[in-house]
Amino acid sequence: MKGMTIIVKTVSSWIKVLVFLFGIYIILFGHLTPGGGFSGGVILAGSYVLLLLAFGREYAEENLPLPIASKLDCIAAFLFIALALLGFIYGAGFFFYNFLQQELMADCNAAGKLVSAGAIPLYNIFIGLKVAASLFLVVLVLSAFRSESDPTEGQE
Amino acid sequence: MEIFYILMVLMLIAGIIAVETKDLLSSVICVGAVGFSSAVMYLFLKAPDIALTQTVVEVLGLVILIRATISREKSFISGDREFFAVVVSVVVLFLIFMAGIGIFQNMAPFGDAAFVRIADSASQVYLKQGVKDTGATNIVTAVYLDYRAYDTLGEATVLFTSVIGAIAILRKKSRKLLSEGDSQ
Amino acid sequence: MLYSLCFLLFMIGLYCVLVKKNMIKIVVGILLMEYAVNLFLVMLGWRKVADGAVAPIAAGGDLLDKAGTVSQLFVSRAVDPLPQALVLTSIVIGLGSLALMVAICIRTYEKYGTFDITRIRRLKG
Repeated sequence: MKGMTIIVKTVSSWIKVLVFLFGIYIILFGHLTPGGGFSGGVILAGSYVLLLLAFGREYAEENLPLPIASKLDCIAAFLFIALALLGFIYGAGFFFYNFLQQELMADCNAAGKLVSAGAIPLYNIFIGLKVAASLFLVVLVLSAFRSESDPTEGQE
Repeated sequence: MEIFYILMVLMLIAGIIAVETKDLLSSVICVGAVGFSSAVMYLFLKAPDIALTQTVVEVLGLVILIRATISREKSFISGDREFFAVVVSVVVLFLIFMAGIGIFQNMAPFGDAAFVRIADSASQVYLKQGVKDTGATNIVTAVYLDYRAYDTLGEATVLFTSVIGAIAILRKKSRKLLSEGDSQ
Repeated sequence: MLYSLCFLLFMIGLYCVLVKKNMIKIVVGILLMEYAVNLFLVMLGWRKVADGAVAPIAAGGDLLDKAGTVSQLFVSRAVDPLPQALVLTSIVIGLGSLALMVAICIRTYEKYGTFDITRIRRLKG
């Protein structure tokens, strides 16, 4: 799989930065505006899938190697559960207790600001990383299987 | 209100074409038409979060489906299963559809939002207290990451499992073992 | 009426799953059913208000003070946030299960050389 023409490569090398930035924006402002971890994570994965489609599988794998993607997936899931377990230690002591909002940031919780809502932006970031890593893994594995099983496919 | 009917009829037409066409690529593209029409419909139903998610998920899903199907099946498989099975399934589907229409006529009409109107129901409490309790102005985020975060935890688990399943099905090592077993 | 049309979309998907022989067509049918169910759940939360429903996002004027008290107008006009939050997770799960189904289809094609499920049944492993 060698990738597409020079026009597609040039345009996508500019577009990929914007798509990635838009994904980060969607994740960070998920508690204020429409969006959040799920859609932002899919957009982050989409920026790498754009690379994969335009430049070929090897280039995308150099940018985000498969072991790193799978480790990112696991670490994000672990951090999500760890943050949920921290609710046991601080405050009321139940799973998914929003301790940052209720205890630590109670005096500066201005609703509508970027730094507000306690742990919800952190949850958003972890969910976004997890969704991005797992969806990129799936697309990478599917394309890798295909180009291997079908040798005529690379000449398209 | 009319826009809902227009989009719904568009989705039905695209769905019928997706089911009945012989070309797999046009079938997949018609599914994309259904998905994007539903994204527009979410926008008119005042659900911008879901519209955004549906749009990006649809793009990625179409990439996966098209890469799976294109230039793979040279001879198209057309036709249905045995005649008797088709007749039985159509009759059963017709009966289920009639029963479903009977149920929908007894439900609250479209636009009633029965859950929000009840005083102190979960939805109304989320709307009233959501910003005060969690600090997030987007109440949908407040619900799925604070009030009902178990839902998100389950989603993360299911996504993790499906990714592991896809990797385990497609990994190279088992293919090698399988081909060795065939040759012996 | 709109609910019934949505149910008709579900029925088209179910018909596709039951009757078609092609594996990719079966995946397409499952996708159609998924869209119909998601759409139905979101439709349940829409409310018909005289001056137009608003999305469940408290923008500038709806917030009365810094502690986050929302105005009564917002509560009476906003659509139901609960089905939306549930459908949001369901959509992403749908993408994961689509990837799993496509992986199974590709693997079956690799092994048997066809997408036709009746021919696969005849081959018996």
